[in-house]
Amino acid sequence: MIRYRTLLFGPIVDSNPITLQILGICSALAVTTSVATALTMGASLTIVLMISNGIISLVRNHLPASVRLIVQITIVASLVIVLDQLLNAYAYEISQRLSIFVGLIVTNCLVLGRIETFAMRNPPWPSMVDGLGNGLGYSAVLLVVGSVREFFGAGSFLGVKIFVFQPLSVLLLAPSAFFILGFLVWFIRKIKPAQVERNEFHASVPTREGGM
Amino acid sequence: MVELFPLRLWRRLLALPNTSRLKAIIVVLLVSSICAVFVSVTAVVLRPFHQANLEAARQAHIETLLQSIPGADSRGDDSAAPSVSTVLVDLVTGSIVEGLDPLGYDQRAAAADFTTSIAIPDEADIAGIGRRAKHAPVHFIRRRSELELVILPVRGAGYQSMLYGYLALKPDLKSVAALTFYEQAETPGLGDRITDPAWLSKWPGTRIADEEGNLRIAVAQGQTKRSYEVDGISGATRTGNGVTNLLRFWLGDLGFGPFLKRLAAGEIKP
Repeated sequence: MIRYRTLLFGPIVDSNPITLQILGICSALAVTTSVATALTMGASLTIVLMISNGIISLVRNHLPASVRLIVQITIVASLVIVLDQLLNAYAYEISQRLSIFVGLIVTNCLVLGRIETFAMRNPPWPSMVDGLGNGLGYSAVLLVVGSVREFFGAGSFLGVKIFVFQPLSVLLLAPSAFFILGFLVWFIRKIKPAQVERNEFHASVPTREGGM
Repeated sequence: MVELFPLRLWRRLLALPNTSRLKAIIVVLLVSSICAVFVSVTAVVLRPFHQANLEAARQAHIETLLQSIPGADSRGDDSAAPSVSTVLVDLVTGSIVEGLDPLGYDQRAAAADFTTSIAIPDEADIAGIGRRAKHAPVHFIRRRSELELVILPVRGAGYQSMLYGYLALKPDLKSVAALTFYEQAETPGLGDRITDPAWLSKWPGTRIADEEGNLRIAVAQGQTKRSYEVDGISGATRTGNGVTNLLRFWLGDLGFGPFLKRLAAGEIKP
């Protein structure tokens, strides 16, 4: 039981795919101009990640090594196309705003990352929970960044005007998403110093003898 | 025993080592066929919804097209409300076709059908459409029985997709009243800016041809110098060329050219 709980809730802050592993950044920057697109993208990725983790985990023992990646990508790509079609049919407006980014879930490092590191080594049920947890972690970050950008960039939340002030339209541009994400990473690592990465190398101290 | 046979085969397949070449081929075949069926079934089942959405988008574009034209906004004044009438035009003779329902005419289906379309010779096919329907619907917008706009459906190849749109001409038939695209799949952020209202708002007033009647309308590369050019979009040169070509095609002899000539000469009463 404890294990399922860490699988599900761990990725939301403790091992968040975006803020800790820094995966899936590009879509996180692109679709967070409003809360609605961020939520749709988060939900889409969560669904794809959960189902693909489950399927790959089911067939993991019978994936020939030579075609492993091809099979994984084929399965993920099919799921993504179907999801894109569903969005196109039932949520046309929002799928137009998400443009290519739903399709680009295929190339989201987060999906392949979870498949390779988790689903290939674990039974289907934990894999699906892992997919759900990571999807929720991704969605949580998108929601935070999307809320900040929509609230301060357009003065609204979920399309509803909240209060009247001069919106900082710079927040709707992609570079500002970098800053918000950066602040978010800094904030989380400030609270949880365990997430701070150790230096990979140290500058050597110059010595008098060996110096040039 | 016979019905157990496939099961035994299946077991034998699973028992093969993961390094086996035969297993790799069979697994790839199975996965790709299952995925292909899954994707195609979804696409077929959802097609009516896509069509309905595209149709709604097309209708919405006609409305925004009407609204983008200065003075065409009719709020609060019923007598000034624009009325729309649609005719079907024979593109070769330029005359109006009687006896066919112009609203029920599906130009795209007609263009795909060999009996209702003509092949366009390669050298004349600047819009890259291959075949063109023999007829095309034309919408006339009138207000207080004055002709205000002539709306022509246009399409042509952009950089990576077919562009579908409407070109609205002023009653003098010499300049553009508005342009809009309701279906395209150009590069997001670059080519798809042809649907950006800011770019489309540059079109009204653009002249179509010079004094000699040569089609000169174009998306400019670099600075616009003449009154028949519109600024291009940086990073979307080929989409811009596509727009130039499709406009010239549909305003030219193989497009609405004959019809527009007869309309301008007063031979056709709109």
